[in-house]
Amino acid sequence: MTSARPGVRRKTIGQVFGIPLLMALLSAIGLVSALVGDGIWDSVSWVMLLFPILLCGYCLRQVQK
Amino acid sequence: MASGSSSLRKWAWVHKWSSIVCTIFMLLLCITGLPLIFHEEIDDLLHEQVKAAAVPERTPLADLDRAVASGLAAAPKQVAHFLIWDPDDANSLLLSVGPSIDVNPTDNRIIRVDAHTGTFLDAPDLTRRFTYIMLKLHTDMFAGLPGKLFLGLMGILFCAAIVSGIVVYAPSMRKLNFGAYRRERPRIVRWLDLHNLAGILLVVWMLVVGFTGVINTWADLVIKVWQFGQLAEMTSQYADRPPVTQPTSLTAAVATAQQAQPDMKPAFVAFPGSIFSSKSHYGVFMRGNTPLTAKLLKPALIDAATGKLTDTRNLPWYVTALLISQPLHFGDYGGMPLKIIWAALDVITIVVLITGLYLWLRRRQSGSSVERMLAATQAASNDPVLTS
Repeated sequence: MTSARPGVRRKTIGQVFGIPLLMALLSAIGLVSALVGDGIWDSVSWVMLLFPILLCGYCLRQVQK
Repeated sequence: MASGSSSLRKWAWVHKWSSIVCTIFMLLLCITGLPLIFHEEIDDLLHEQVKAAAVPERTPLADLDRAVASGLAAAPKQVAHFLIWDPDDANSLLLSVGPSIDVNPTDNRIIRVDAHTGTFLDAPDLTRRFTYIMLKLHTDMFAGLPGKLFLGLMGILFCAAIVSGIVVYAPSMRKLNFGAYRRERPRIVRWLDLHNLAGILLVVWMLVVGFTGVINTWADLVIKVWQFGQLAEMTSQYADRPPVTQPTSLTAAVATAQQAQPDMKPAFVAFPGSIFSSKSHYGVFMRGNTPLTAKLLKPALIDAATGKLTDTRNLPWYVTALLISQPLHFGDYGGMPLKIIWAALDVITIVVLITGLYLWLRRRQSGSSVERMLAATQAASNDPVLTS
């Protein structure tokens, strides 16, 4: 997760949207899961929806060193 | 984008203008929505409630007619619109009362009745509560249906801003790794990175909460359509009947509905003449037992003159869509951890809104367009000399 360096090649659409797509999928699973059931379904929901939050924090923390 | 820069310019235009119009209102919605996620906890903290008697599980409910009578005795000159099984407390029933049966129930008062003894508990004045003020600001800004529909329109713009944001995200990130945060660069670049990162990570959550919010603003209209559609159809042979003056027993009506739907539980009863029923019927709304079906309702119409079941049908798709969109908007369907996650996502959305607003103001100041700004950002990131 470093900044771009000179000469970095242009990314393809797939590269740009790879991680966002994965996060979108996890969020969607998280949103639906708790609706379907209780107990384990709730837990799945919490974990899935935590991913984008934690990744956001991770990307911002990484550069503070 | 491969489709060319003129199409990208259009998307950038959509992103800019949809955001500009809705941002202030979205900030209001995000800020007022934050305490609303925890409205039960806040109410418990700020307001004393008379506790219902603690009873062993499976204690039978009180006679409902008596429960309603003791509730109404505490509210002179009021009539009952709805009797609601408190979703948060199995030991209490909520009686929604208004000055007459045909007034808009949004201003109704709530009377709490003990579910097992049938005695009056209290009649809290909800309108003075902090959560009520937040709720009004959040749903209609104290401007009634027009305010509600206006906020719905802002929600649609918000969804447009998110979708167009996905499109303009691509050129912005062409030369950057995912999650790049250029800490050493000026604030405008840092906040662009923050806006891009937080915005793209929350796309699905923001779209779902945004769009279900829009659907909720249509609730009044959805109910009207249902009234004139399915409800009118189910009660068509009663249309010319005079209103029932001596309604049959409510307890018996609920028991009849329960017999017709043995796998469901009553959620609430709409009294004859209220907006959720006909002039001649108790509308007993049953809900399912699983987390998903508990959100869905099935009305059983009980003839209030004879106590017999007239009809019971599943609600049409548009009411079902409304009922499912409610938990998805409120985040109240996965316990306290989900509420906390909801709050965190709400705060991150506020960050997206504020960084977006800042980026627009700065670009306006420097007179540079979004596209030029993006191009400059990309060029700069390839040019170590410009890195401050």
